[in-house]
Amino acid sequence: MRVVIAEDLALLRDGLIRLLSAHGFEVVEAVDNGPMLLTALVEQTPDVAVIDVRLPPTFTDEGLRTALEARRRRPGLPVLILSQYVEQLYARELLSDRSGGIGYLLKDRIGDVAEFVESVRRVAGGGTAMDAEVISQLLTRRSRDEPLAELTVREREVLALMAEGLSNLAIATRFGVTDKAIGKHTNNIFAKLGLPPSDDHNRRVMAVLAYLQAGPVSPDPSW
Amino acid sequence: MSRARRGLIAAAGVPLNAIMGVAVVLAWVPTIRAAVVSLQRAWAGAALGRDIPAREPGLRVLAWLAINAVVGPALLTAVAAVVNTVGVIFYLQPAVNGPSVTFTLSLALLTLSALALAVAALMGLAEARLAELLLGSGGPLARRVRELTASRAAAVDARAAELRRIERDLHDGAQARLIAVRMNLGLARSANDLEQARELIEEAWESVGQALTDLRDLVRGIHPPVLADRGLAGAIEATALLCPVPVATDLVLTGRPEPPVESALYFAAVEAMSNVTKHSQATRAWVRVRHTGDGLRLVVGDNGHGGADPAAGTGLRGIAERLSAFDGTLTVQSPPGGPTILTMELPCA
Repeated sequence: MRVVIAEDLALLRDGLIRLLSAHGFEVVEAVDNGPMLLTALVEQTPDVAVIDVRLPPTFTDEGLRTALEARRRRPGLPVLILSQYVEQLYARELLSDRSGGIGYLLKDRIGDVAEFVESVRRVAGGGTAMDAEVISQLLTRRSRDEPLAELTVREREVLALMAEGLSNLAIATRFGVTDKAIGKHTNNIFAKLGLPPSDDHNRRVMAVLAYLQAGPVSPDPSW
Repeated sequence: MSRARRGLIAAAGVPLNAIMGVAVVLAWVPTIRAAVVSLQRAWAGAALGRDIPAREPGLRVLAWLAINAVVGPALLTAVAAVVNTVGVIFYLQPAVNGPSVTFTLSLALLTLSALALAVAALMGLAEARLAELLLGSGGPLARRVRELTASRAAAVDARAAELRRIERDLHDGAQARLIAVRMNLGLARSANDLEQARELIEEAWESVGQALTDLRDLVRGIHPPVLADRGLAGAIEATALLCPVPVATDLVLTGRPEPPVESALYFAAVEAMSNVTKHSQATRAWVRVRHTGDGLRLVVGDNGHGGADPAAGTGLRGIAERLSAFDGTLTVQSPPGGPTILTMELPCA
C-alpha cells in the first residue's frame, strides 16, 4: 500500500516511516511542508496520506488545508490527519465532502501501534477513523439535540464507536454481543437519521457526519 | 452630600485654615506638615464633594502652605469684620431702645449672620478650590495615569498568577509523570523477568500518554492552538460547537487584531459561553463580533433567566479585568427574568 507522509519534525517523520514500512506500507514520499505535500498528493496519488495538521510555512493548519485542497482536486483521496489536539471544527471540515477515506487522530495514538496501523488501513479502504476525543466531546455536548435525541442510549454508543471508525464486528466485541445485534442497531440508526441505502454514499460516513453536524445552529430570529 | 452641608463645611474651613495657616510656623517638622496638608486635603474634598487624590509632596504643596499662611488668617479678618459689625450692633442696642428698634436690630443681626456665613462659605469654597489645585493630583491626564497604573498592576498580577499556575501545572503534571516514566524504564532496563519488564513498560507508556494530555490542556489554557490557526472567528466558532447550549454565531472580522487583543477577546467569549452553560438555564445563545469605529465589539447573549451580577461572580469580574488591561469595557445587561446580554468593547488600532 503506497503512502505519503507529511510531518515537519524529523524525529516523528522518521518514526512514522519506520513504523509504516514495518507494517507493509510503501512510503513513496515523506515531506515536511504544505506546498511539497500538495505536489506529492497530486502527483503520487497514494493509497493513503498521513498528514500533520501543523506544517510550514504557516505553522498553523497548513496540513489540514492542503489535505482539503488535495481532496478537492482528487475527490475521495484518503487522508489521515494527525494533530497534537483535536477540534470539532476541523473534524467537520474534513467530513464535509461526504466521501469516506478520512481519519483525524491525536498524535498520541501513534503510540498504540496496532490500532494506529489499523486506522491507516481503514482510511485507505475508504472508511473513517475519528479520534475518541472528538467523539467524547460530542457525547457530552450533543445529548439533547435533534435528530440524535431519538436514538436510544445503546444506539448512541454504537454511533459513537462507528464514528471512531470501528466495524460492526469490532463494536460487537466491545459490547460482548453478536455482530448481528450491532447490525440491527446500525440499521435503526440509519433509519432514524433518515439515511436510505445508496450506492453514492457511504452510510456510515453520513451517520458520523450527521453526528458531527447535529444541533440547530441557526441565527436567532430576534437579531 | 447636600449643597448646604458642603457650604457649612467650606465655611468651617475658614477658621480652620486660619489656624492651620498660623501653624505653618511648625511646618518644618515633616510629620506636622504632612498632617496639616492631609487634613486640609480632606477638608477641601468634603467641601467640594469629590475625592481629591494625594499628590507627592513637592513645590506646589509648599506653595499651598505659604499661601495659606497668609490667606488663611487674612480671610479670618474678613469674617471678623462681619462679626465686629454684629458686636457694634449689640453695643448700640441698649442705647436706643424700643420694640421697633429691637425688631429692626434683630433683623439686621440675622441678615448679617447669614451674610457672614455666606461670605465664609464662598471664601471657604474658593480656598478649597485652591487647595485642590495645589494639593490634589486631579485633571484628566492625572486620572488617566491613575487608571493606567491600576490596569497595569492588574495585568501584571494576572500574568504573574498565570505563570504560577503554569509552573505548578508543569511541576505537578507532565514533569512528575515523566519522572515516573524514567523510573519505570530504568526499572525495566534492569529487570530480569521479562513479564515484569513488560508491565513496567506498560506503566511508562500509560504515564507518557497522561503527560501528553496534561501538556495539551496546558497549551490550550495558555494559547489555544485553534486561535493561533484560525484567529478569533474560527476559535469562537470552535468553542461554540462544543457549548452544550446551541450557540448561533455571527462573526464578521476583517484582518486579525493584535495577538494579545485577540486572546483577551477569545477568553472573554469562552468565559461568557461557559457562564451561559453554567448559570443561565438558557436554551439558546448567540455570539456576535463586529468592528466598531476604532475597535471591536463582542456581544454574547442568551435567552436564560438573567440576573447576572458582575459584583457577585468572579467570572464576569475576570472578563472585565482582562479587558481593562487593553482599555476595554464590559457592559452587562441582565434583568431578572432575562435575557442576558454581555457587551465587550476593545479599542484596537
